[in-house]
Amino acid sequence: MNIKLKALLKSPWVFHLSTGSCNNCDIEILDCLTPRFDIERFGMILAGSIKHADVLLVTGSGNRKSMERVKKLYDQIPKPCLVVAIGECALSRGMFIHSYNCPVPIDKVIPVDAYIPGCPPKPEAIIAGAVKLIEKLKKNVK
Amino acid sequence: MARTIIPIGPYHPLQEEPSFFTLTVEGERVVAVDVELGYNHRGIEKLSERKTFDQSTFLVERICGICSTSHPFAYTRAVEDIISLEVPQRAKYIRTIIAEGERIHSHLLWLGLAGHFLGYNTVYMWAWKLREEVLDAMEVLSGNRNNYAMFKPGGVRRDIKASDIPGVIKKIDSIIPTLVMLKKAVMDDPVLGARTKGIGILTKEDAINYAALGPTSRASGVARDVRKDCPYGAYDRVNWEMIVTQNGDVFDKLVVRVLETFESVKIIKHCLLNLPNGEIDAKIKNIPPGEGIGHIEAPRGEAFHYVRSDGTNRPVRHKMRAPTFMNLPTYKATVIGQTISDATIIFAAIDPCYSCTERMTVRNTKGKKLYNGEDLIRLSQEKTAKIKSKLGVK
Repeated sequence: MNIKLKALLKSPWVFHLSTGSCNNCDIEILDCLTPRFDIERFGMILAGSIKHADVLLVTGSGNRKSMERVKKLYDQIPKPCLVVAIGECALSRGMFIHSYNCPVPIDKVIPVDAYIPGCPPKPEAIIAGAVKLIEKLKKNVK
Repeated sequence: MARTIIPIGPYHPLQEEPSFFTLTVEGERVVAVDVELGYNHRGIEKLSERKTFDQSTFLVERICGICSTSHPFAYTRAVEDIISLEVPQRAKYIRTIIAEGERIHSHLLWLGLAGHFLGYNTVYMWAWKLREEVLDAMEVLSGNRNNYAMFKPGGVRRDIKASDIPGVIKKIDSIIPTLVMLKKAVMDDPVLGARTKGIGILTKEDAINYAALGPTSRASGVARDVRKDCPYGAYDRVNWEMIVTQNGDVFDKLVVRVLETFESVKIIKHCLLNLPNGEIDAKIKNIPPGEGIGHIEAPRGEAFHYVRSDGTNRPVRHKMRAPTFMNLPTYKATVIGQTISDATIIFAAIDPCYSCTERMTVRNTKGKKLYNGEDLIRLSQEKTAKIKSKLGVK
């Protein structure tokens, strides 16, 4: 088994990246860390710098200005890494699909491993998504 | 002394939204501050023009996730202003309940983040745990934790069931003891006091000159609140107080927000207990040509919407102004002269919301020059001249 991947699945540190979202998904991600939902029991904590992170949580509809930064940031994250798109905007741009400033969905720019739908997804949905992703990877690794 | 420039952002752990700050410092003191935005611009004003009046309600709800009631509230009021429509009483009360619920969760969210910035993660966890109770109550009333989708031009989309009311009141009441504890902990703590008292002072003069809004202005002694100055919804039927403090520092902004939460609880309870019977929707048939404005007090200040109609089912122009747009320039008055370590909490003190603020963007693919208003007019005139010469028109 790939030792890097094994270490990653033990305690995936997440970095949160907003690409022009309305804050709702971002707030729900932070909500996951607070006592009611407490995502820390799966070893996840919010990393301050992308260089410490294993998982990239992307929200938002992919604004022109921020997409250039997203590419740069994706290059900086240590590999192997996982990318999770959270919320309707990150999945398909949702309501902003016709906007002049949101040209492409996020998965056209960086590879996405998991999608969590919802506007905004409930913290329960985010946790379920994260756990499913980890379980799936564990199976593949074995 | 030598000047150093500290770039912060655009992706930094300080705020969940991308924003780019440039702090110019001499030693520890900040001497200049610059903010660069545009990472959140989604062209909502333009998108609104291709949606019908009913659909736009859901679009403006997604301007900002935390103010997801304020913008639809202001927008529906603007549309109702075009037809001079009086909304049914019951709808007014329901709107007020939802708007105040949002204010509580927004202020608690800010309190938690402020605690986090100051190194008090306990405050962060407590405030957000408390916020969950409010979100539960809102979920009972509207069906969702955020993005309530309760508003429509002419009224509200969902009624409040009589059977839900006792449960919601119980939930709202249950936050009071913890809120009192939190208020005492925050307001009497010597360390928190030392970090926030006398820091980032916005004087009354500056607050007026910068036209600061909401809690930012009320903390500086400017008694400005749309709910009192120009009552809408059910605010004129409820007995509540505007919280005004005098010092204008971070501590006073904190006090204003904490005390406002208690007032909001009072308003919600009054509205739920005195909910009038009747229709919840005025059933608008068509919207005549004309223009209307709507303004309401969002958790961060006055949200303002302008809608123009030409008699079709879509707005021809939809302009919005969020409170942060007015509050952001106050950084010039508050941050300069402070230390770098205090800059964080001063930035956070106005409760900035960039996704609300970014309504216009200037793009330049060459990355050499930014266009201003004059340039845009010149470019437009040049294009017209080009087309004219192409067509041979003089």
